[in-house]
Parts: sequence; structure tokens; C-alpha cells
Amino acid sequence: MSWYTKAIEEKKPHRKTLWVHCKKCKSHIWGEEWEKNLNVCPNCNYHDTITSWQRIELLFDKGSFHELFENISPVDSLNFTDLKGSYKDKIQANKKKSGISESVITGHGKIKGFNVATAIMDFRFLGGSLGSGTGEKILQAANFAYDYGLPYIVFSASGGARMQEGVLSLMQMAKTCAGVARLNKKNIPFISVLLNPTTGGVTASYAMMGDLNISEPGAVIGFAGRRVIEQTIGEKLPDDFQTAEYLLEHGFIDSIVQRKDMRDYLANVLSYYNR
Amino acid sequence: MVVATGVKVIEKAKKQKLSHNSKTSKVSAWETVKISRHPQRPILQDYIQKVFTNFVELHGDRAFGDDTAIIGGFAQIGNQKVMLIGHNKGKNTTEHIERNFGMAKPEGYRKALRLMKLAQRFNLPIVTIIDTPGAFPGLEAEERGQAESIARNITEMANIEVPIISLVIGEGGSGGALGIGVGDRILMLSNAIYSVISPEGCASILWRDAKYAPDAAEALKITAQALLENNIIDEIIKEPAGGAHTDYEQMASEVNKVLLRNLKSLSNYSVAELLDMRFEKYSAMGKFAE
Ligand SMILES: [Zn+2]
Repeated sequence: MSWYTKAIEEKKPHRKTLWVHCKKCKSHIWGEEWEKNLNVCPNCNYHDTITSWQRIELLFDKGSFHELFENISPVDSLNFTDLKGSYKDKIQANKKKSGISESVITGHGKIKGFNVATAIMDFRFLGGSLGSGTGEKILQAANFAYDYGLPYIVFSASGGARMQEGVLSLMQMAKTCAGVARLNKKNIPFISVLLNPTTGGVTASYAMMGDLNISEPGAVIGFAGRRVIEQTIGEKLPDDFQTAEYLLEHGFIDSIVQRKDMRDYLANVLSYYNR
Repeated sequence: MVVATGVKVIEKAKKQKLSHNSKTSKVSAWETVKISRHPQRPILQDYIQKVFTNFVELHGDRAFGDDTAIIGGFAQIGNQKVMLIGHNKGKNTTEHIERNFGMAKPEGYRKALRLMKLAQRFNLPIVTIIDTPGAFPGLEAEERGQAESIARNITEMANIEVPIISLVIGEGGSGGALGIGVGDRILMLSNAIYSVISPEGCASILWRDAKYAPDAAEALKITAQALLENNIIDEIIKEPAGGAHTDYEQMASEVNKVLLRNLKSLSNYSVAELLDMRFEKYSAMGKFAE
């Protein structure tokens, strides 16, 4: 067992039930089958969330992934407290729950032999929200791509900016996009994979700025929240509103790729990078 | 398009000074929110009249339409020619509706980006004026790529080869503000606010009830003073006692002075220096443990 597989084993949360209840079609699927199918419902093709480490295992060549900037973690710089308690306590609880220290894992590795720098967001950690630590890691990984001339792939899964960090969080949109802007200037490819869900400030910054924007079936991708929009226009929105399929139709993403095909798809488009 | 005069409202505003206008009193974050949204608070169209001259408004995003929630064009401040771009909320119900309360749609952000590139072509510094509750949360805005338009502006502003000064005059509403806000200098009026989410929105999520907006306003650290202390903004422009709406002339003259000083200091840098400084500025944003 390589060190990284071991790390994945350690970080993988233990499955609590033998049966998985599909959030979309409500069918009960045998846990082992669910997992073997990469957390995708065999009945309705619903793509459930997976952890960053599961995605790394799925996409990268065995033993090729090296984590970078893993020591970066959030701080409660505003002493933010809401009704349910302090941000400081939330950080600790989320670290414990997820086994990771920020809402993104960054590093470099190989996809079918193609070297890339990467950032993989993890929805388990504070809803994948964009905090200062998240922004720092995404920028640092972009800078790594810049320095070594590697294509940069960011996998987003996020509810948006992290309210508990106030405008510090908002500014991470500018910070991460500054990294993307440098890659653009040096003609280094940036591939954005928008996963379920990618919303708010993450969609309105790096996640939409891919030279290629890719998604998984059914992923919710949008700027404003569905309820906010319904309140604004005073009517119910269509079911497919803000889905990957809707964005494809409106010209904002290049392709919707099944989870099981993602590794082959990415390797194939990387093979066209002729530099 | 007609830019309404602010004269009548000034007279009215002068009679309505807020109660906490003594220099020593500490204003709460929520009171600051209320001042920043005061119906008589000067808006971009007032500054166009009182701070700038020779405004040549330019319209349209060349793709879909002309968003009136964002105004832009050539303008002059003192002897300095600039590209002026900003949100405009409107002053009365008719104008509010016409301007969509300063909530821009994708075509507004795309017009802004077009004008920034035009500024680069003409070698003019850019002044952006921020005053919006947020980007418009509507069906057609999502359909046309609200997120993409803001993302593109934020990204491309990193490489715009002329100085950019961003001034928050009222509400700095989240991504809708940042979409024209990636400046080499970020300035704020002393009663302006800048927030990742509206206090009401934050309260309804984290407090489960919008009535906790005053608590959320405090917790979010959205005042100019708090943002200066957190190294987000560069300078605060002091408002007349009681708020900008109490004395348009004094407010305009302060804005004029501070903008000119910042324009002058930014004119000393080469393009390479400017872009490096901008990259370093935004790279340094945020606080985390390592
Ligand atoms: Zn299902």
C-alpha cells in the first residue's frame, strides 16, 4: 500500500449504514454497490458528492499525487460568533469531522502520465466555502503551475464565500483570479471542473474562468441562490434551472462528463496541450 | 440619458441631519448600514456633477444591451482625464426602477470591462465607483452568465495596464461590488459599507431570521474602519459630520482631493510595476494559519 493510498484509507470516513438512500430517486442501494459505482446512483445516475481524497484516488495515477500547502488552515480573525456559536469552534469541528484542515486539497500529480497542478475542493469542510486559507491554497497551487509550466485543474464544490470571514473571504475571489490571470498571460491551460454544488462567489470567480469548464451530470451551478431568485421574480423556477445541463445549453460549460469517464476525458484534453 | 440634479435633495437632506452627528459618538455597524443606504445620500450621478467635468457617457456591452445600473464614460477630474465607471442606484422610485437599484446584470459588468479595455487603449487611469446592494439575482441574469461576467471582470482587471482606483461611496455589495472593484487602491467613504453578504442575508442564514441583521452587521466587520484595520482597504475619506447627505459640497471636495492625490501617486509606476503591485496586493489578502 503506497503512502497516499494509506492516507486515503485513514481519511475515508467509515460508512455507517449498509444501505444508501439516493437523494434523487429515493431508491435504496447496497452500500458496496454504491461505492463501487463511485457514489453514483446505478438507478438514476445521480452523482453524489465524494471527498477530495476519493477524487484524487479516482483521477490520478497511483502514487503520483503529492500534496502541497497542507499546513494551511483557517483562523477566526474576525472573532465571528452567530447564534449557534463561534467560527473558531466550527473550524475545529469541521477539521475533526473531515480529517482535512481546509476546504481544498492542493498538490500536483499525473493523470495518465500528464503532469498537472491541482486543487480539489471538499464540500464536507464548511460546505466547501471559500475562506482565506482556501484562497491562499488555490493561489499557491496556481503559482506552482505558473512556475513549473504545468496545466492547472481546479475541482470546485462550494456553497460560495465563507461568511464568517467577512470581506476577507470576498477578496479571495480577486486573489484566486489574480492567479488565473497570470496563467492566462503565460498561456498555461486552466481547466475548471464544476461539481455539485458550485455556487455564489466560487462560481463568480475562478470556477467560471476555465479555458475549459467541465461538469458532472446534474451538478447545481449558479450565482444567486434559487430561493433568492424566486423571491425576486415572484415565481417558481424550472427544475433544471442552474444545473450543468442548463449551463451547457446557455453556453457556459464545454462538456458534461460522467464521473467514471472523467480521468480519460481529462487525459484526452491534456494530450492536446502542444507546448 | 439624463443625470438628475441633486440640488433639491441636498436642501431636504440638510434639514434631516441624523441624530448621532457629534464627532465623538461611536456609530454602530447597523447605523452605518442605514447611513450608507440613506435615501438622500449622494450617488454616482451627484459625483459626476460635483467632482467630475466633461463626462462623456458611453453605452452598451456590444453583445446584448446597455445596463443602466452601471454608468461609464470619459470624465475629467481637475486636469486629469480618466475613465469613470460606477453603479448608479437612482434617487427616486422612478429612477430606482430605471436603474434596477444599482443591481447590475451581466451586460453591465461586460460594459464595464469594455470600458476598462478602452481606458487601456486610450492610456487613461480608471476610477470605479461602487454603490450596489449586489449583482441582480434574477432569472435572466443567471441565464446570461452573471457569475461568468463577474468572474471575467475580476480576472481581467488583474491585467489591465492602467491604474485603477476603486471608491465605495455607499453599499459595497459582495460580488456585485467586486466585479468593478479590483483596484490598485480601494477607498471608502467613512459611512460606506463593504460586505461579503448583506447583513439581512447573513442573518437569515446564520441566525435563521433577518431581524438579526444588526448582529450580523456587527459580526461581518463591514465598516470602513474595520476594513482598514483588516488591511482590505487603503484609505477612508471622511464624511461631513452626520453623513455625506448633509453636505454634498464638502463631500465632493474631499472626494476630489483624495482621488487626485491617489491618481497622482499611481502615475509614477511603469505598467510592469503596476501589475506586480496589484498581484502582490491581492496575493496578500486574507488571514490563515500555516
Ligand atoms: Zn438515484
